[in-house]
Parts: sequence; C-alpha cells; structure tokens
Amino acid sequence: MHPAPSVIIFTVFSGLGFGMLVFLGLGLPPVTGWTAFFFYLAAYAMAVGGLMASAFHLGNPQRALKAFTQWRTSWLSREAWVSVAALAVMGIHAFAAVFFGAILAPIGWLGAGLSVFAVYCTSMIYAQLKTVPRWNTWLTPLHLITLSFGGGAALMGHTSLAGLLIVLAAALQVAHWQVGDRALARSGTTLASATGLGNRGRVTAFEPPHTGSNYLLKEMVYTVGRGHAAKLRLIALALGYGIPGVLLLLPIPGVWPSLIAVPSHIIGILAARWLFFAQAEHVVGLYYGKRAA
Amino acid sequence: MTQLPTSTEKKLGLVIDLDTCVGCHACVISCKGWNTENYGAPLSDTDAYGADPSGTFLNRIHSYEITQENAPAQLVHFPKSCLHCEDAPCVTVCPTGASYKRVEDGIVLVNESDCIGCGLCAWACPYGAREMDALEGVMKKCTLCVDRIYNNNLPEEDRVPACVRTCPAKARHFGDLGDPESDVSRLVAERGGMDLMPEQGTKPVNKYLPPRPKQDEAQEFDILAPYLEPVADTPSGFLGWLDKALEHIPGSGPRFPDPDARQKSGKL
Ligand code: SF4
Ligand code: SF4
Ligand code: SF4
Repeated sequence: MHPAPSVIIFTVFSGLGFGMLVFLGLGLPPVTGWTAFFFYLAAYAMAVGGLMASAFHLGNPQRALKAFTQWRTSWLSREAWVSVAALAVMGIHAFAAVFFGAILAPIGWLGAGLSVFAVYCTSMIYAQLKTVPRWNTWLTPLHLITLSFGGGAALMGHTSLAGLLIVLAAALQVAHWQVGDRALARSGTTLASATGLGNRGRVTAFEPPHTGSNYLLKEMVYTVGRGHAAKLRLIALALGYGIPGVLLLLPIPGVWPSLIAVPSHIIGILAARWLFFAQAEHVVGLYYGKRAA
Repeated sequence: MTQLPTSTEKKLGLVIDLDTCVGCHACVISCKGWNTENYGAPLSDTDAYGADPSGTFLNRIHSYEITQENAPAQLVHFPKSCLHCEDAPCVTVCPTGASYKRVEDGIVLVNESDCIGCGLCAWACPYGAREMDALEGVMKKCTLCVDRIYNNNLPEEDRVPACVRTCPAKARHFGDLGDPESDVSRLVAERGGMDLMPEQGTKPVNKYLPPRPKQDEAQEFDILAPYLEPVADTPSGFLGWLDKALEHIPGSGPRFPDPDARQKSGKL
C-alpha cells in the first residue's frame, strides 16, 4: 500500500497520545495542577494532531462528520466515535485535575478504557482487511496496542515498565514481520484464483489494461525492494525498540535516558510504520502480475 | 446504510465470456463515455496528453497468458468491473453510508454526496473495482448502468449496460442471476460459470465463463484436412513440360531451390 505520510503520522502519534491518556486515566501517576496541564497538553496534541493528520488523507474532508453514522459495521466510523468519546471523557478528567486538583477516578478509568478501545479501532481498520493478508491477523491490534502502552509509559516516565513493554512490542513486531512475509502465500489468493484460470495451466499477466499508471497501482501496488526493506527493518528495530529498551531498563539515574529513548523510539516507530504500509501486499496486485506469490 | 441486505429481490449482474472476448477495449470506452456524461461526477483524466497520463475507469481489460506443457500457449482477455458482490466488503467498511447495496436489485452503488473520499472501500475490494477520482475526491465504481437499465427514455434495446450494448463480440451478458431460469443463469449453468477469488468470501454476483479448450477441438478441424491438401506434389503434363523447359533457360535455377545448394554454389 502507498505509505502516505498523513496516515503514518496519524497512526504513530494518535497511538502515543492515547497511550499517555491510558496512564493519565489510571492515575499512574496521579498528576494535578501544572504538571497535569503539561502532560495532558502533550497527550492531546498527539492524539488530536494525529486525528487531524488523518483528515488530510480524505478526498472531501468537509463532509468528515458523516463518518460518525455507520458505527454498526464500519471500524473507521467506530474509531471516530470512540476517539471523540475518549477525548471528551479524559477532557473532564483533565479539567478536574488541572483546575481543581481532583482525581475523578471512575471517570479516569472510563477514559483509559476508551483510549485503549480507540487504538484497537484504529488497528482493526487495517486488521479487518482480507485483501491485505499481511494485516489480516490478530497480531496487528495486539502489536499496535502494546506499542501504544509502551510509548505512553515512556512519555509518562514509567521507565522500567516502558522498557518491558517496548521489549514485548519488539517481539510482536518481529512476529508480525515473520508471519507477514508468508501471509500472502498462505492466504490462498493467487493469480490462478483471481482469474479462475489456474486449472488450465500456468497463468501469467501478459498485458496490463493501460499504458500509464492509475489509482489502483499508485495506492495499492506500492513495492519496496527487498534489500531496502531489510535495512529499514534493522533501523526500526534498533531505534524503535533496541536503544529505548536498553536505556529504559538499565538502572541509570536521571532523566537523560528518557530524553534519548523517547525520540529514538518515535523515529524508529515512524520507520516501522512506513514499512507497515509500504510492504503490505494488496491482492489486487496479482491482477497486474505484481506479486511474487 | 452499510449493513448488507440479507437477501435481494433480484441479483442483477454481468456474465463475462472469456472465450469470446477479443480484448478490443470497446466496452472500456463506452463505459467511460456513458459514465462521464451521466450518473455522478465525471470520470476525470489527468495529464491526458502528457508524460504521465492517468484516468478513472470503471471497467478495465487485462490480458493473461496460459502456458501448458505439450500444448500451445493461450491468450485470454479479461474484462474486469465491479462484481456487485453479495457479501460486499467495500460496503461494510464505509464509515459514511455512501456505499450501499440495493435491496431491490443487488446493485452496489456510491452516493457521491456522502462520500468523504477516505478510500477504505477501495482497499476492501479484492478486485480493484473501485477507483478514487483524482479531481473530485470521491469513489467511483461500476453502477451496472443503473441510469440505463431502468431508463424509459431510451429505446428498449438500449436498456442494458453500455458495455454490454457495445461489445462487438457479445462477450458481456446482462441479467438477473438470482433467477435460475434467466438467460444469464442458464448460460452460467451450461458453460460452468465461475467466481473470481472465491476464497475471499465476497460471493460475487458477476460470473466468468471459462475459455473453451482450443486444442481438444483441433480434432474436428482434421475432418476437413484431406480436402485442403495440395492436389499434386510434382507437376505433370503440360505444366511439367513447362517447368522442365524453364529450368533449362540459362540463368534460372530450379523452381524451388534447395537453400543448402544455393549456399554451396555461392549464389545468394
Ligand atoms: S467487486 Fe469490489 S467494489 Fe464491487 S461489490 Fe465486490 S467488493 Fe465491492
Ligand atoms: S471512499 Fe467514500 S464510499 Fe468509500 S468508504 Fe470512504 S466514504 Fe465510503
Ligand atoms: S455496467 Fe455500465 S458502469 Fe458497469 S462496466 Fe458496464 S458500462 Fe461500465
């Protein structure tokens, strides 16, 4: 799939923002006053900023409110509802904490739950797609939620917890890559099944329908070279997981481990997310003879 | 509404004959023509005469080669437009309700005034049947020419999809696939009509008729072969005399020179 910057930024930062809101809602730590103000400011900037970035991806953003109507079937619509609900509930929690120094625990728990659910909805937008076998697995939501917790914990200063969660997320990341690399072949969808001609011999794409490019090729038949992808995976593993994991787990006093770990984590996850999209093979590529399987 | 109807009164769709399609792309052009001038936003082209032309189409023709051991390769032209799936994943993912499947005839449509252009439905379609229009930012797809098939302003023979009406090889057939007695259903039964990507679970309404095996039928043509053989290998009678006489004219070689002999003699 085309790795659009708006969608990469949206998924990475809204994951981090909601991850922070989970900890703020649970009262870990129970911040009030100015401290709370800055924590909430950071969390809202990332969650809301991410959601706004996703609007850049729309062809007709002026009608975005219509996306709230189909929550019965659409994960995208559910995401819209749950994100707004999480932000609203956590808004009440933040208001009480910042201005009245009060922790409204039940509201915080509700907000934390909604924040997790928001990340889950986002991940299900991708995980539900049978057409992209690499995404169509329970590992997708599990990985994205773990990552959101890990990033949130790091931003909230829970260094050892963050370190553990980031190591866990690294394991899930590697599993997602390993399973993902075989997902298209295992899905059973091939050019033979796509054309129904497989029982007559070996089917190969002879001529595409058009000489130029088109929406389908640009959006869904993005390809990355094997070597390029392998290098980026190493960078993502080192910056996104390895360096922050080690820095956060080692008993180093002071804040400077976090000051290196957090930016490194974010840069690494941006690279990983770029690969998440760029390497995702949509089955329509088969019709164009653009898939190895 | 993006909830799919549990059943539809009719299942209107196309039956596409891979045996007769000649890959002329006439249906591509008639589809683009009709759907640019009628239902919804026009199908735009960008940089049409430049270095990187691109455009929105609702129907495209691929070509595939089938190779077998001990048999000649076969070329199959493969028209592809929306299959109006019964279990249409493109509809359920839509957040706005712009995408829907009609209860009365099963046609899958996009209400463009509700579409925010998120593109998720195109991601959910395994067949590449939906294309976002680059200029309008709304999702375009085959409408099964809903503005022709019920259009009483058109003469009766034109109340079929533009692609069906145009096809010079009669490779596209339109009808109700929910009615087992319809012409299209009978065609599917007779010719072993098939689903594309059945494992994706979309239950397409459109069916494809497989190409007939060519080499099995070669036998039939052999019946005519004796009548088509050359009448005489070596000319005799007057022609034979003329042939020999001409050979004796200086400078003229044999009528059917042996290429090896020519090379040896150094005359080329
Ligand atoms: S072919 Fe694609 S666009 Fe058409 S109904 Fe099926 S899934 Fe939807
Ligand atoms: S692009 Fe339009 S029709 Fe498709 S899912 Fe988004 S809102 Fe619905
Ligand atoms: S039915 Fe109409 S819209 Fe669909 S492919 Fe044919 S001409 Fe195009």
